[in-house]
Amino acid sequence: MLVTARARMMRGTRRLGVALPIENLAKYTQFGWAVASIGLFAGLWELAWALGYANPLLLPPPHIFLSNMSRTLSYFDNSDAIGGTAASSGLVGLLMTCVFTTLRVVTGLALGFVLGVAAGALIHYVTLARNLLTPLILLLAPISPVAWLPVSIFLFGIGNVPAIFLVFITLFFAITLSTVAQLETVPRSYLNVARIMGASERQTFLRVVLPSILPSLFVTLRLNLFAAWMVVLIAEAVGVGSGLGQITSVARSTFNAQLTFFTMGIIGLLGFFFDWSLRQIQARLLWWVAPNGGRR
Amino acid sequence: MSAETVTLQHVGKTWCPVGRPSVEALRDFSIDIEPGEFIVLLGPSGCGKSTLLYMLAGLEDISTGTIREGGREITGPSPDRGLIFQEAALFPWLTIAQNVSFGLSIQGLGSKECEQRARELLRSVGLGGLMDKKPDELSGGMRQRAACARALAMRPKLLMMDEPFAALDVQTRAKMQDFLLQLWQDSGASIVLVTHSIDEAIALADRVVVFTARPGTVKTIVPIDIPRPRASRDPRVHELRDQFTELLADEVDRAFAEQEAL
Ligand SMILES: Nc1ncnc2c1ncn2[C@@H]1O[C@H](COP(=O)(O)OP(=O)(O)O)[C@@H](O)[C@H]1O
Ligand SMILES: [Mg+2]
Repeated sequence: MLVTARARMMRGTRRLGVALPIENLAKYTQFGWAVASIGLFAGLWELAWALGYANPLLLPPPHIFLSNMSRTLSYFDNSDAIGGTAASSGLVGLLMTCVFTTLRVVTGLALGFVLGVAAGALIHYVTLARNLLTPLILLLAPISPVAWLPVSIFLFGIGNVPAIFLVFITLFFAITLSTVAQLETVPRSYLNVARIMGASERQTFLRVVLPSILPSLFVTLRLNLFAAWMVVLIAEAVGVGSGLGQITSVARSTFNAQLTFFTMGIIGLLGFFFDWSLRQIQARLLWWVAPNGGRR
Repeated sequence: MSAETVTLQHVGKTWCPVGRPSVEALRDFSIDIEPGEFIVLLGPSGCGKSTLLYMLAGLEDISTGTIREGGREITGPSPDRGLIFQEAALFPWLTIAQNVSFGLSIQGLGSKECEQRARELLRSVGLGGLMDKKPDELSGGMRQRAACARALAMRPKLLMMDEPFAALDVQTRAKMQDFLLQLWQDSGASIVLVTHSIDEAIALADRVVVFTARPGTVKTIVPIDIPRPRASRDPRVHELRDQFTELLADEVDRAFAEQEAL
């Protein structure tokens, strides 16, 4: 049902996109500004270096930390093994490092989202669960995910799981609380329509309740995305021994400024790409919600 | 359609909200709704009209008395008894067509048949070209038509409407009243419509049930046997309007007096 409607909507927008070159123009302008914005920053940095204000060993400007690519890339390792050294070409290693970090974030977010909604629903619908869990969750929610780092290592040792766990923790409580709050606001008339039509409890939840709370849950997800992205780097630096976080940790301990800035650039790009993908998913999955949150 | 009389006997409802004093919304309310009849419930706000509809729909328990359809007591909601709200309550995540066929798909009809039925229904309420629109993209009157189509999809024997046109402007309102009369004649369902507009009551009803102030009960039942469409210049309509104005004024006065006494 949703799928066909979505496809129909998308076909509609695509047709619109072709019919209106103005829209493309706006996109190019936006891209132009992005280039100008980054160019301005890089230019100032390069200027500071040219004037001798930026020490190339500590603050190497872009043309330096991008020039020594092959040496920088040799730190990236495609085996995702702890303390491994590059075996094959560095570019593959770089890609694999990004993929592993991304997978940890995605897995953690997916688990946090699904289990958070489940916990929220449990609290909303089951009185015993509400009484038992609410105080606990209110107590645990404000604890910074970083504080969970030792716990996750005690629990899961060194490896993938503690990193995923930290991302999970970052999202889980936020989604749980958001779900509980949103479930209160599902309009009574929606539920009444479902009841009159003879919907089972399961049908009501999946086809009425869930779609009506999904837009807000997605906002919560996006708000916590950057936190999750930060937390995974910390976990990788300390408890995993691989991934982008590990590279920054190596760069710090070896005073490798070129590697530091290069990795920072990669992290920034990945984070941006992540948020963009989520926005795309949001636009397709939640096609009925106008992009700016308001009504059309 | 084997329509049966819906009988309300001594129906009463006391709301007991947690942490607030209980409210007796309805008391000793009795009426028979004949098959195919158009009943309008008219009364000051807060007199329990919505409460009565919700119980008739089976969405709320009754405190005292019985509601029967044929011989059977009404214990829960059923697609046989459709309810239409003041705000159309269409689901924003479904297209108009999917909204209209929501009940059918809940009952297990395949998506092809659903689309087919939605197309017929939407055409019958004058929204044939708007299958793929979002509810947001429709005007208030169109949304109410779509809500009607959604209820009609279940072929209800009884259609209940809670101030369905209250949020519409005067011109749209008049159009929707004509639309509703047509729909009522085509479907053969009984209709119970709540309004606080005297003109609406006179334009539509076979019988108008005038409520007392809270706790609501039947003040009088006024049959209207003027053939439709009823011109507002008709002297009999004038007479009725005066009669209803007087009946309602009494109740509004009583409600005010009661509030001042508190
Ligand atoms: N769900 C509810 N819980 C508690 N009190 C209610 C509820 N619904 C209605 N009431 C009370 O019952 C009375 C009648 O309300 P209602 O049936 O909505 O009147 P009307 O539709 O005629 O304006 C009001 O005093 C209202 O506050
Ligand atoms: Mg009401």
